[in-house]
Amino acid sequence: MSNTTGMRFTKEHEWVKIEDGKAYVGITDHAQNSLGNIVFVELPEIDNDVCSGDTIASVESVKTVSDVYSPISGKVIEVNSNLENDPGLLNNDPYGSYIAILEVSDASNLENLMDESQYQSYCEEEH
Amino acid sequence: MAGYIPNTKEQQQEMLSAVGMSCFAELFADIPESVRLKRQLNLPSAMSEAEVMGHLRKLAAKNANTEDYTCFLGAGAYDHYIPSVIRHLISRQEFATAYTPYQPEISQGTLQAIFEYQTLICELTGMDVANASMYDGASALAEAAGIACGVKKRNKILMPQSINPMSREIVSTYARFKGNEVVNFGYANGQADLDELERLITEEAAAVLIESPNFFGSIEDIAKAAQIAHAKGALLIVSCDPISLALLKSPGELGADIAVGEGQSLGNPLNFGGPYLGFFAVKEPFMRKMPGRIVGKTLDKNGKTGFVLTLQAREQHIRREKATSNICSNEALNALAATIYLSLLGKQGLREVALQCTRKAHYAYDLLTQSGVFEPAFSAPFFQEFTVHYKGDLAKLNTAFLEDKIIGGLDAGSLDPAFKGHWIVAVTEKRKRSEIEHFVQKAVSISE
Repeated sequence: MSNTTGMRFTKEHEWVKIEDGKAYVGITDHAQNSLGNIVFVELPEIDNDVCSGDTIASVESVKTVSDVYSPISGKVIEVNSNLENDPGLLNNDPYGSYIAILEVSDASNLENLMDESQYQSYCEEEH
Repeated sequence: MAGYIPNTKEQQQEMLSAVGMSCFAELFADIPESVRLKRQLNLPSAMSEAEVMGHLRKLAAKNANTEDYTCFLGAGAYDHYIPSVIRHLISRQEFATAYTPYQPEISQGTLQAIFEYQTLICELTGMDVANASMYDGASALAEAAGIACGVKKRNKILMPQSINPMSREIVSTYARFKGNEVVNFGYANGQADLDELERLITEEAAAVLIESPNFFGSIEDIAKAAQIAHAKGALLIVSCDPISLALLKSPGELGADIAVGEGQSLGNPLNFGGPYLGFFAVKEPFMRKMPGRIVGKTLDKNGKTGFVLTLQAREQHIRREKATSNICSNEALNALAATIYLSLLGKQGLREVALQCTRKAHYAYDLLTQSGVFEPAFSAPFFQEFTVHYKGDLAKLNTAFLEDKIIGGLDAGSLDPAFKGHWIVAVTEKRKRSEIEHFVQKAVSISE
């Protein structure tokens, strides 16, 4: 599994990692595990402006559909089109498979997000 | 009916005392005195079963039906021949239930029939995925327009006047309450005015709707409409007559993204307006946005073929607030009738039905327009239905026809004043040459 260094996490189980002003957004291992086999990812449209908390994608497993909320504000500049043909990548390597890359317009929400150890205990508390 | 209620006075008393009441009236204690009905209902006195049957037969005989009347009316529902095997098969108790059983453990027959239906609809329309059916053709069209808005995240729907006015009303009603905007455009020579469409369409358009054959019976230029829609990134939604597809190119081949239509023609009786079925099929990119049920074919854990509802996560009951549609049901028995009809006729049989409709409609058209009483309204090509113009009073003409046990064409002005004087006549494979000739002679003699 790809490493989680530098990632921040939301209560809705998304991760975000900033590199050179670009935010990589994906879903966590906990999220993929609760969803089960992922069969379809509805990717965001490129050039869409999103605020933190907006729905940017949805992930469909055999039993449900879940929205993916943007952890950060910005403009969608790239989507992971590998997920179109192989949505199971989110199951196999959730931290190595981003859903979208955003050009960050406002990073202030980052402070509200959890670091890895906070997120670990958040997941444990939830169960 | 009292004789059919199985519990006795003593049992009723027992039930009342179990809930701490002494008489039935106490059950209604919550209903204010002021709104209670304090008299007997104004009903005729009781009849025996034999009397009821006689009474109902008498009432039913007041209806005109296509056994006793010769029908030249279409406008969305058509008097095609229904092979008797359909009624016998759909009446089997495994199929004729009030609720469609979807549980794969007990419903392999029903699910397989729906799967076959979906396959037939895909073959007819040239689309990739069809659902298990919708309520009727008009609501299927309205649902399709809503889905296009959801997919495209745009809110304008372009709709020509050449679509059946009743369907147009339904599309507009759906759109109004979903916050979508219908942009109407006109028609020319009995076909949607595609030049006007080209002028009106912008990149805010989610979809262009086209009906073919349309309300006037004319066949539309679907390929050109697709080009215009796609050039602005909008979807093309085509509402089509399934029987015409045995002769015409399919909407799929002509560039439609969604194909819908009224399926009544396929083995379902006219029934005074319903129940009918709508068919709904899409190209693959839109399959997850499709409303209703979809049955898929799969293998069970022992490797045996089985049928189950599929793409369930897409469904409206899981994502109610985000769903593009809230339809979670279908018209299974009507879809079954359509499936049997298509299977029974086969490709050649359906083509034969379509050819006979076309030839007979064109024969009737030629006689009517040569009679000197009717003018051709348009010169666009047509299938089994066409529009002629009449200078006289169409309501009177149709009343005179009824007296002769003939159901005449549609007085289109009665639905939309813009169509005043337009008489829309449908001729199916059921009409005999002698009936068509009598119809035309009668029209001429009434008008003299």
